[in-house]
Amino acid sequence: MDFSQTEEQQMLQESVQQFVRKSYDFDTRNSIVSTEEGYSAEFWKLFAELGWLTVPFSEADGGFGDSAVDLTVLMDEFGKALLVEPYLATVVLGGGLIAALADEKIKREFLPQIMSGDLQLSLASAEHGGRYNPLRVATTAQTDGDKIILDGVKTAVLNGINASYVLVTARESGEVSAEDGISVFLVPTKSAGVSIHGFTTIDGRSSSEVKLEAVSVDASARLGLSGKAAEALVLVNEKATLACAAEALGALESMLHKTVEYSKTRKQFGTSIGTFQALQHRMADMFIQCQLARSIVIRAAMKIDSSESTVEKAKAVSAAKSRIGYAIKAVGQEAIQIHGGIAMTEELDVGHLFRRVTALDIMFGDADYHTERYASLL
Amino acid sequence: MNADFTADDIAFQVEVKEFLEKEFPNAYRKKIDARQRLTKDEIVDWQKILFRKGWVAPNWPKEYGGTGWSATQKYIFSTEMGLVGAPEPVPFGMTMVAPVIMAYGTDEQKKRFLPDILESNVWWCQGYSEPNSGSDLASLKTSAVRDGDHYVVNGSKTWNTYGQHADWIFCLVRTDNTVKKQEGISFLLINMKSPGITLKPIVLLDGHPEVNEVFFDEVRVPVDNLIGEENKGWTYAKVLLTHERTNIAGVPRGKRRLGSLKRQAAETDDGFGGTMADNPNFKRKLAEAEIELLALEYSELRTLAALTVGKAPGPESSILKIVGTELAQSMDEMLVELAGYGCLPFLPEQYEEGFDGEIFGPGNSASAALTYFNNRKLSIFGGSNEIQRNIISKAVLGL
Repeated sequence: MDFSQTEEQQMLQESVQQFVRKSYDFDTRNSIVSTEEGYSAEFWKLFAELGWLTVPFSEADGGFGDSAVDLTVLMDEFGKALLVEPYLATVVLGGGLIAALADEKIKREFLPQIMSGDLQLSLASAEHGGRYNPLRVATTAQTDGDKIILDGVKTAVLNGINASYVLVTARESGEVSAEDGISVFLVPTKSAGVSIHGFTTIDGRSSSEVKLEAVSVDASARLGLSGKAAEALVLVNEKATLACAAEALGALESMLHKTVEYSKTRKQFGTSIGTFQALQHRMADMFIQCQLARSIVIRAAMKIDSSESTVEKAKAVSAAKSRIGYAIKAVGQEAIQIHGGIAMTEELDVGHLFRRVTALDIMFGDADYHTERYASLL
Repeated sequence: MNADFTADDIAFQVEVKEFLEKEFPNAYRKKIDARQRLTKDEIVDWQKILFRKGWVAPNWPKEYGGTGWSATQKYIFSTEMGLVGAPEPVPFGMTMVAPVIMAYGTDEQKKRFLPDILESNVWWCQGYSEPNSGSDLASLKTSAVRDGDHYVVNGSKTWNTYGQHADWIFCLVRTDNTVKKQEGISFLLINMKSPGITLKPIVLLDGHPEVNEVFFDEVRVPVDNLIGEENKGWTYAKVLLTHERTNIAGVPRGKRRLGSLKRQAAETDDGFGGTMADNPNFKRKLAEAEIELLALEYSELRTLAALTVGKAPGPESSILKIVGTELAQSMDEMLVELAGYGCLPFLPEQYEEGFDGEIFGPGNSASAALTYFNNRKLSIFGGSNEIQRNIISKAVLGL
């Protein structure tokens, strides 16, 4: 048994820490959020040079090794820095689905562009009626000669306005929640009938609502076999869920650290508020929550990397997301409360961390959703 | 033992219901149901409607234009207002500074300030907290130095709610540095138009500049604006803080919100073909919130019953503040849970009149996260819940 990081993981972690120290302070991050794109194209190229964009790809695909543990190391640091660049959308979701589903020709065309930082992607999966279930797909794909016609509405489409292609989950056959019949299509965002309504989210990200109205694509836009995308979709969803949990973990530890430091400097009643036992115990509880969350996130990452069944992987990811959801409320709310009014303002980073973890709690399913999913797999 | 209202109280309840049905403007009701903010003019208009009915200041003695209602009638009035979402008058003038002026002001000050508060001609704001004096309010540093017929005020106040609308501010200022911190504080009324006052809006996590920092730079305030005696301000402020804590349980508002949560659950897909109204976990949370609300309601009624037999509101009101705010915050979490992805778009402008942006998801999805963020203040302001627990442990439990 060995929970220590490999040398490569340490290097990965240090490279993010170094970048953040040097180039990504809170003000820089906020000025990036206020741009139309909502991310820095310049930094994105730098991420490529630093090799971060290769992490969730296998060596066979030219990547760093597709280790979920590596991915959590990266996301953890992104979480601490409130980094807003569209790593999840382009690399984990978009790139992940292409790697899992596409034929060699498409992979050879797209994956190098992703890893070199030259391509932005987006996944249009969630639908209003589907809540967090990726297999409830009402968007339709109908074959019309050698064309396929897509119709539907997708929500929570991250990075939609920046993406050159949007990967669309659509149903070719079967009932609305049937596992069979779902395909993924690689759709140029400039295609006729695609309308992307972009907005900034509560946590300063670029997201969108995407409407597909009689969008016509070639059959070659379908990734993999017709109607057989469910398994890959679920696996990529597990990785993205884990990535969110790991990012939340970094953000929560950052909130804990900031709260402890603040309690040492904030003086009321003639002493620093950190000397009050009532607050000490609550910060001790925040620490406990962070530690438990770290343990279960690491466990989930190791399970994803293992050869265990998809059910075991699903359980491990849901356990992690459920547990981190609980920690998000416990640690996040206490960080605000112990700081007091100052953490309610946009001026302090703690409030922005709180907004980010609140969004991460929702993304790919909140604590209750994943507890129920875990229970259904018992 | 019973929890029944008398026949007279029930008749009064009917009268209040009929009044609200008729006089609370439909336009405002619609805005509130759509979670839009009333403008300053609309708030003032509603308060003037209440004034004309003679119901704007239930807590004032009759001689100053109050209602002369019993504690039970006040409770009924505030409950019925809450149930239809009608806003209570802005507290800063009506329930915060007015009782202090009544208790400690001169006759001249009463004549000068109280009628305009009652008629909502003048908007007041609060100058208590400072950047370095929050829970430890008595450590405040904003100074007032006597210079002839004036005080010269320097310093800053923070968490000043809606100071951008205000004509006057009531402030705690330090007039003596040489004594125990509580003994060198005075209570001063300051015209917001005085030269030397500047406001810096503070944007909160919901994107709204609800509060301000107020800076005082050599602001000259006539000594006539001092309330009571110099250096006795802390005593007066404590009276005001007790007033601030009443009506904070928010039971009627909680009932309204619970009803809205139930409706929204029925409109929210669970992702598996059903709705969240059938989700056992969510139903359990609804039940727990409702049970807590019942316990809170009956705690409030017990406090009310004690008031009707002449007991003063005691530190037990701290219970209502703690439980009321924490329950409201747990409902915010439920709202976020229902909204899911629908609450991710950051749309602070949705609260303003004329908003025509797109809302994704049913009911109040889009406002869920912003409400959740903003309401974190509930356990921080009005004497933080930590301070309330201190009060219970010291004043009730004798620890």
